[in-house]
Amino acid sequence: MHRATLKELCARLAARSLSSVELTRHFLDRIEGVGKPLNAFITVDREKSLAQAKAADARIAKGEAAPLTGVPVAHKDLFCAKGWRTTCGSKILANFVAPYDAHVIEQFDRAGAVLLGKTNMDEFAMGSSNENSAYGPARNPWDTAAVPGGSSGGSAAAVAAGLAPAATGTDTGGSIRQPASFVGVSGLRPTYGRVSRYGMVAFASSLDQGGALARTAEDLALVLDVMAGFDARDSTSVDRPKDDYVGGLTAGVRGLRIGLARQYFTADLSEDVATPIVGAIEELKRLGATVVEVDLPNQHLAVPVYYVLAPAEASSNLSRYDGVRYGNRAAEYTDLGDMYRRTRAEGFGAEVKRRILIGTYVLSHGYYDAYYLKAQKIRRLIARDFTEAFKACDVIMGPASPCVAYDIGDKTSDCVQMYLDDIYTVPINLAGLPGMSIPCGFGHKGRPVGLQIVGNYFDEARMLSVAHAFQQATDWHTRTPPAFS
Amino acid sequence: MLSLDQIRRLADLARLELTEAQAAAMQQELNGILALVDQMAAIDTEGVEPMSHPQAAMQRLREDRVSESDQRADFQAIAPQVEDGLYLVPKVIE
Repeated sequence: MHRATLKELCARLAARSLSSVELTRHFLDRIEGVGKPLNAFITVDREKSLAQAKAADARIAKGEAAPLTGVPVAHKDLFCAKGWRTTCGSKILANFVAPYDAHVIEQFDRAGAVLLGKTNMDEFAMGSSNENSAYGPARNPWDTAAVPGGSSGGSAAAVAAGLAPAATGTDTGGSIRQPASFVGVSGLRPTYGRVSRYGMVAFASSLDQGGALARTAEDLALVLDVMAGFDARDSTSVDRPKDDYVGGLTAGVRGLRIGLARQYFTADLSEDVATPIVGAIEELKRLGATVVEVDLPNQHLAVPVYYVLAPAEASSNLSRYDGVRYGNRAAEYTDLGDMYRRTRAEGFGAEVKRRILIGTYVLSHGYYDAYYLKAQKIRRLIARDFTEAFKACDVIMGPASPCVAYDIGDKTSDCVQMYLDDIYTVPINLAGLPGMSIPCGFGHKGRPVGLQIVGNYFDEARMLSVAHAFQQATDWHTRTPPAFS
Repeated sequence: MLSLDQIRRLADLARLELTEAQAAAMQQELNGILALVDQMAAIDTEGVEPMSHPQAAMQRLREDRVSESDQRADFQAIAPQVEDGLYLVPKVIE
């Protein structure tokens, strides 16, 4: 049953041929058994999860079930869940038990879903490989020597290995799409503002957006229907009705205009990734889509702009970790200033410190105009490129990452090289657009390749229907890592 | 290029203690990142409005009424050091 889709599990729960307690126990056993070496979870709490499952079974028995009632869902460890330890992959929050629920957690609670556990991630979502977790790296189920991608690497590994039917993630610069691509699952980052950020530990507030990873586009539609919606407690939540994501799945791709950016298919894209991407686009053409070339002339500036803006916002957001109100405090210190400095030195890892310092620099007096303001202006140029491109096409397609998953340790010596790998994902965050990655083949060493689908603002329903049409015609999304089948 | 002194100054502004070895490593890494970022300087952005946010939305206003309940005990329970409902820090004024 760990290979079933969310949709199939929902049907079995509704028909009462399977109970939520059985299902939850099965996944918990896999997390603590075959899944253990993947280090996909930071916190698991059998008792709490099984209590929720029992309540879900009672709700189903009373005939009061909602579509996801009784289904276990794993959550990235940056969604606050009341009574659950929420570490954000950081030592500074090692003992932080959230005193309230994130909006996303409330939404899943209302739907009757079971919280299966909190998944591993790069510290404060800063990273593309999960190697920046204070709790050790999560591993790729296709090859445990390889990274699962990041920062939602634990969620990605859990779904790919059948440790959870679906998991939440967040995507600030590609943190859902790139790991989805690295482990061969479907991942969706909605439009900025579609999912409330309330209770989501903040990294870069103008870029962060919650989303999900699952086996199919259809399952993502079910999950997005639960997560999306207006929430007054997030000042950037958009007050706009949800679309019918599930009902819209069968719209098909006949007449769909796929934009291909000439800037996407360059020498930087490794051939083992390019081949499956081109194959996927050919498949969509066979299904009735057409292809138009679009121009995104400022794409190459997205990584430099991102590595000014994201650290700037992070340095401000992370100033809250002061050892006073919550989180860890250094054991020894001389005075208040020393307490702050030691608490933060002990609590944060190297990548987080790098970004705090870069952010502090670009915001400091005398450098603000040259870096921060300049980056915000180029951000506008990058967003305009997309607005222009979407006049000629309905979706833009390309790779989610220039390469397949690499081995743990391979890229840790050069942070800039790792940043440059974000080239296909960060422009979407800068513009605030929705993006997906769905499996479309395998590259070097038999590691998965993801096709990125970028939609116009609030066009999630169309993106999901395109992905669904592709998955109806192909079987890449059904391939499973042999060691976890 | 950032000097070692600038790194120390930034660390101080960010309230981060760095060892000498960490500061030296950080200097090299930050200069690498700034070399990447410096590509921006060549771009003409004359007359371009800075984009601080994906949605140029205005801040929503709400009715002026109580929306939060008192959760002081819950919040104090997760603090490193508290006493009589207060958060304790090292003595600031002698």
